[in-house]
Amino acid sequence: MAVITPVTTDTVASTAPFWRLKGFPVIPVSILLLIAFVAVFADVLAPHDPQIGSLARRFKPPFWLEGGSLVYPLGTDHVGRDVLSRLIFGARVSMVVGITAVLVAGSIGTLLGIMSGYLGGWADQVVMRITDTWLALPALTFAIFLAAIVGPSELNIILILGLVYWTRYARVIRGEVLSLKQREFVRLAVVAGCSSRLIMWRHILPNVINSAIVLATLMLGVVIVTEASLSFLGVGVPPPKPAWGLMMADGKKGLMVGYWWLTVFPGICIMLMVLSANLLGDWLRVKLDPQLRQL
Amino acid sequence: MTAPLHPSVVQAAELTKHFPARRGIFGGQRGVVRAVDGISFTIERGKTLGVVGESGCGKTTTAKLVLGLEEPTGGTMLFEDRDLAGLDAGGRRHYRKSVQAVFQDPYASLNPRMRISAIIAEPLITNERVEPAEVRQRVLELLDLVGLPARSADLFPHEFSGGQRQRIAIARALVLSPRLVVLDEPVSALDVSIRAQILNLLRDLQARLGLSYLFIAHDLAAVAHMSHQIVVMYLGKIVESGEARAIASNPQHPYTKALFAAALPSHPDERREEEPLAGEVPSPLNPPSGCHFHPRCPHAMPRCAQQAPPLALVGDRLVACHLFG
Ligand SMILES: Nc1ncnc2c1ncn2[C@@H]1O[C@H](COP(=O)(O)OP(=O)(O)OP(=O)(O)O)[C@@H](O)[C@H]1O
Ligand code: SF4
Ligand SMILES: [Mg+2]
Repeated sequence: MAVITPVTTDTVASTAPFWRLKGFPVIPVSILLLIAFVAVFADVLAPHDPQIGSLARRFKPPFWLEGGSLVYPLGTDHVGRDVLSRLIFGARVSMVVGITAVLVAGSIGTLLGIMSGYLGGWADQVVMRITDTWLALPALTFAIFLAAIVGPSELNIILILGLVYWTRYARVIRGEVLSLKQREFVRLAVVAGCSSRLIMWRHILPNVINSAIVLATLMLGVVIVTEASLSFLGVGVPPPKPAWGLMMADGKKGLMVGYWWLTVFPGICIMLMVLSANLLGDWLRVKLDPQLRQL
Repeated sequence: MTAPLHPSVVQAAELTKHFPARRGIFGGQRGVVRAVDGISFTIERGKTLGVVGESGCGKTTTAKLVLGLEEPTGGTMLFEDRDLAGLDAGGRRHYRKSVQAVFQDPYASLNPRMRISAIIAEPLITNERVEPAEVRQRVLELLDLVGLPARSADLFPHEFSGGQRQRIAIARALVLSPRLVVLDEPVSALDVSIRAQILNLLRDLQARLGLSYLFIAHDLAAVAHMSHQIVVMYLGKIVESGEARAIASNPQHPYTKALFAAALPSHPDERREEEPLAGEVPSPLNPPSGCHFHPRCPHAMPRCAQQAPPLALVGDRLVACHLFG
């Protein structure tokens, strides 16, 4: 018999650190890391208290404009609070709300998607009916409706976003499970005597986790925009907490009379974060998709 | 445990599996797909029963019935002379452990997220309480048995070629020391150059471990090479069955002859008796009347379209064809 040696494809590709991989989105990841860093160290980094202002220094422009000063580098708002400090603390709100809401949506969606796809039957029927109903509702309207009922608080916003977005997860994960279920290793696990619970835990979950991560990254952008929209509409994280969406809402009247910095800076922050999350998500999707991944 | 020597491992009688199917775009009337339609066979201890037939004739469904992955809609199946339908929980567990499988696609057979040691050990640790050291020992034993180096144990499936993966799948199927291994097209997905290696390994293991095989393939030459007994299936029914060598050297049923003609390379100086198979396999949802093979049969007679030929003894074997009735 011929001598068999395992083909080791374990070359540079899989041993190289991930940031050296082809097409790694350096800039988006740097931006996300920067925002995360700022969020964690907001207390140290912010030059002023984000919630205390003084009417004596309202509407100061950014430092490079006439009347601006480096003490308030990005100017002050309608009650004289430092815009930079509010942006810095706003990063914390966005990160905390964004990440936990995605975790809530992701856990519910992944769990129900797996059960619905693998077990089928009435469990599947119920989950899919709910999913269809959910997707027929416009997400933002649905979120506003819920926020109006339970009242706005940071925790409520997280739960609302989780509740609004879990179905997107469930749908994608279920589809993936349906195709995994046909794979022979799942059938062989049945032959080996594994219970359904064991199969879902050991064979299905590890094989959908990549998709769950990609979805989470893409979802982060969606959740942050929704959170900002809720804040903008006054049903988000309640003031005086500095959420970016709330800052834009507060500043929108000033836009017409030239106080553009009140809306433009938080707008840029939201845009950068959402764009970065999406670019990273797109890259991960290509990298982690077993079909597209080059081994 | 004392295992009485049963001469047969599995005996199937009139085994049937009909799948419900929708007919028509409105899904109004319900039809049935006669995937397996009343077949009887015996898998003998330490022997190989080969099943051949074109795509869609019900081979995989037969395999699933034997594996207990599908419930039959009719007929009976005996495992070591005990009716499967009447087994208690303990009996079912014994049956589960005694029948393992190797499937066609080695790229889909191994969970890409598990190490080889975990893949091979899974049936063992799911069914028995064994110390980790003992499990490890057993895994290494099996890797050696299927001709893979011990260091394979800690690698992941993507580090192996198709043939090597099939060896891993075989090792896993053997970890519980089963009586019967169902081999559903175990080499069809492999490179032609390594098919013989895997087939030889399987034969070698059978001789050493006294295994019974249900060997499924659409390639008659491979089945004839591997099997002691053969059943030839067409649209869910057996059309010819008997001793492998007899069937290979002298096929009787027109369908078997055509399969052979299709399998063998044509020699210019050899007169061909049969045309290779022409036409498509009809749908098992709506099989032709009478003998299901009549639209494609070169010997079809008027009565073939009206009357289904029974499976009857013709010399040393069973054949279902009006030519012999
Ligand atoms: N779950 C199912 N529901 C409905 N029809 C099915 C199901 N499984 C199989 N069939 C049908 O039963 C018939 C036999 O299928 P089977 O997979 O047993 O064929 P096969 O001989 O293994 O073919 P192949 O060589 O392509 O693997 C096919 O027509 C198939 O479409
Ligand atoms: S019964 Fe008739 S149609 Fe069928 S195989 Fe025999 S000769 Fe051909
Ligand atoms: Mg098949």
